[in-house]
Amino acid sequence: MPPELLRMIIAAVLVVAFVFLNAMVLGYMERKVSAHIQRRPGLMEVGPHGILQLLVDGFKLIGKQLVVPEGANRFLFRLAPILSFAPCVLPFVVMPFARKLQIVSMDISLIFILAMTSINVIAILVAGWASNNKYSLFGTFRSVAQAVSYEIPMLLSLLSVILMTSTFSLQGIIAAQKYYWFILVQPLAFIIYFISGLAETNRAPFDMPEAESELTAGFHTEYSGMGFSFFFLAEYANMFTVCSIATVLFLGGWKGIPLPLGDYTGIFWFMLKVYGLLFVMIWVRWTYPRVRFDQLMTFCWKYLIPFALANLLITAVLVKLI
Amino acid sequence: MNNRGYFGELWFGSKSLLIGLNVTIREMFKPIVTVQYPREECAITPNYRGHIELVFNPESDGCDCIVCGMCAKACPSGCIAVAGEKKEGEKRKVLTQFTLDFTKCSLCGSCVETCPKGAIAYSQDYNIAGFTREEFHYDLVERLARRHQKPLAAAAGGN
Ligand code: SF4
Ligand code: SF4
Repeated sequence: MPPELLRMIIAAVLVVAFVFLNAMVLGYMERKVSAHIQRRPGLMEVGPHGILQLLVDGFKLIGKQLVVPEGANRFLFRLAPILSFAPCVLPFVVMPFARKLQIVSMDISLIFILAMTSINVIAILVAGWASNNKYSLFGTFRSVAQAVSYEIPMLLSLLSVILMTSTFSLQGIIAAQKYYWFILVQPLAFIIYFISGLAETNRAPFDMPEAESELTAGFHTEYSGMGFSFFFLAEYANMFTVCSIATVLFLGGWKGIPLPLGDYTGIFWFMLKVYGLLFVMIWVRWTYPRVRFDQLMTFCWKYLIPFALANLLITAVLVKLI
Repeated sequence: MNNRGYFGELWFGSKSLLIGLNVTIREMFKPIVTVQYPREECAITPNYRGHIELVFNPESDGCDCIVCGMCAKACPSGCIAVAGEKKEGEKRKVLTQFTLDFTKCSLCGSCVETCPKGAIAYSQDYNIAGFTREEFHYDLVERLARRHQKPLAAAAGGN
């Protein structure tokens, strides 16, 4: 077997394993943080402080029956979870965990990641459409409208950074933050990106597509067992991707206080920053109530997009002058 | 809302969002208030109204009930049954039976209020669960005896 192929296979296995592990860690983190914000202990029963709970939940979900609702489009219904899960794994292939910990280094890594994360909305569309359920369909409508709107400020804010670095390569962007992190010069872009990221991953307060109180569970109402788990895994993988892009573009990626074997141990700083941002995401979720749909749209079109555009314009002028 | 204008709205909104985040992060580091019930138990307030129980009087080494039957009469649910007997050479009746059908009791407290001797009171027992209805037909004389590890007759009688 050629060594390159072997490397790819090992990398693929590691990436999928990481996605599952990430979902478990985040699931645990989410439940613990939410519990403590509400002054509850949270998971306590399975294992010390409940750390094995997510493992048990995973086995439970695997054991569940997959039900295809009557009148649903069987093929699309089964396809949607996979369509949601598969593209979420791919960003990890180009993720710069450390200087030398990157499976493939592409010049267009950033575009690749953004393209892959956008596929998720198609999966949601397919899931909602194929379910033959009005709640699923409503969730889908909202999700598509939301994703289409929030993609714009997100890309505009990232573009401000791209203008400064003139590269789409993630390692190149990290290398460009030699003396300072870009959050210092682009704080507005960071905030806009983070807010759009919340909306992209359908996290509260922008969790309109799955608003439990009005739509049961939105687009994944009809999914059970592994079908549901795939959406769940995809959501957490997407959260990780959004936060790691923020880390790479604004927080200096794997840069930090140098550790021994810096080319590999940079992963420590990378993970620390990403999970820090993920904590903020969870914290935000358990603080704010869900916004109404018109508020969501108003906020995007009246505030985020104009500000992102202005920011981009100012950046462009400054880059030209300096 | 609309009189703040575009930037006023932005400023006001951002400020209130930050205040919200500040509230939740501070709550997060406060101590947990959950009581892990079967493993931990809450302290019961003295005002707690459980089912009724005969009161133990350490002076007479028994209970003060004079078997007047007032409590049974006062009970709107008819769930108390009292009986006693008068022994030779004794001035008052001695309680032999005091049963409470707790399945019917509405915890109204009439019995406790009417008792002229203050011989019954609310218990603090809230860990009550059972598989049959009969488990809630309490024999209060027996319960009193069990609480004070006395032979039945002595606990009920007492002078
Ligand atoms: S509390 Fe009320 S219902 Fe219960 S035994 Fe006493 S009088 Fe009857
Ligand atoms: S408990 Fe009180 S009211 Fe009831 S029979 Fe005894 S003395 Fe009378």
